[in-house]
Amino acid sequence: MPAYEIEIILNRQLADCLSMPVFITDTSGNLIFYNEPAERLLGTRFEESGEMKVDMWATMFKPLDEEGKPLAPEGLPLVMTLTDQLPHHRSFWIESMIGKAEKISVTSYPIIGRSGSFLGAVAIFWEAKDI
Amino acid sequence: MKVEIKGVRGSIPTTGADSSYYGGNTSCNVVSDEDWVIVLDAGSGLQKVVLPNKNIKRVDLLLTHLHLDHIQGLGYFGPLFDPSMEVHIWAPKSATQSLHSRLSRYLSPPLFPVLIRDLPAKVTLHDVENSSFEIGPFNIDSRYIIHPGPTVGYRITKEHAVLAYIPDHEPALGLKGLTSDKKWISGFDIVYEADLLLHDAQYTREEYQSRIGWGHSCMEDTLKFASLCGVKRLLLSHHDPGHDDTRLNEIFAAIRQRSDYSFPYELAREGMEIELP
Repeated sequence: MPAYEIEIILNRQLADCLSMPVFITDTSGNLIFYNEPAERLLGTRFEESGEMKVDMWATMFKPLDEEGKPLAPEGLPLVMTLTDQLPHHRSFWIESMIGKAEKISVTSYPIIGRSGSFLGAVAIFWEAKDI
Repeated sequence: MKVEIKGVRGSIPTTGADSSYYGGNTSCNVVSDEDWVIVLDAGSGLQKVVLPNKNIKRVDLLLTHLHLDHIQGLGYFGPLFDPSMEVHIWAPKSATQSLHSRLSRYLSPPLFPVLIRDLPAKVTLHDVENSSFEIGPFNIDSRYIIHPGPTVGYRITKEHAVLAYIPDHEPALGLKGLTSDKKWISGFDIVYEADLLLHDAQYTREEYQSRIGWGHSCMEDTLKFASLCGVKRLLLSHHDPGHDDTRLNEIFAAIRQRSDYSFPYELAREGMEIELP
């Protein structure tokens, strides 16, 4: 069982120290870590759920535009980062597992390691200020 | 596989009678088998390295990183001044500068009078990353680990014998310290079930509290790390220069009283020789 790359481990350590929800995925979008503030959005604890496959955790949020219409996955920052390995940012609405619609902003960035390899991605959720 | 301990001190060499038992030279160790010699780090202990016989014409220096206490012996390594020698230097890759450029910061005036290109030996530089390679009968694995700047740990395997070497490492960095989830432990792949682990244990728990993020471990964290990784024997190394022999003995005695680990562990000491089966 190989350990994660050090760049992934250090991102988790940082996420552990932050008060904003942070999600870390592998290169396929599988959720490999989320911090305590993110647990509120997912409605579950990382210690309980462990890692989640992309098709499982992707359905836990319902992203909506300003008119309440569903947003296509390819328009979401994290999906874009996983596709083009570039940072992205967008504000939108989500209906989370706890059934509450919230305005959020999401910033995502790729984890490009020392070797130049793409190792995964991070999404940080912020309280929306710009909708 | 024979392992010889040539330097156990962290940060800066110490001298004097009060550190003569454990030794005052900075990180350096020798791994050998028949006519193959690997030197782990080039701290001031490197000046004590003598090749076992004159037939050896190749030496491999594996550097974990380029902090001064791991390279300061380079300019005093005899084989580099012998034109019949082949010296291979392996070190972690930087994203921005070549190994030659980084080593030249030290091996050039005003810090040192001889340039790398003027060394009489045939010197070959190799970048390592998360790599696997062979040197003679040894299989080497390197992995980036938690320490400021590009830093790797090495896993050296010959047949069934495994040595893990991570002299500068802070696996407990983070809000919650060491996790028991092995996938999230820095250095786990290097250390897993090694016959011998040589690891950073620079601080006491109390000292560590004011040095978090400096890249080193306290003895308690190193013991826990070794236990999680299932090592068979542990040598605690990279002793703090402020800890003389008496202080090291006091700290270690207190640790022994509080700890209950099934594997043998002790403080690394210059001059130790260990044969791995």
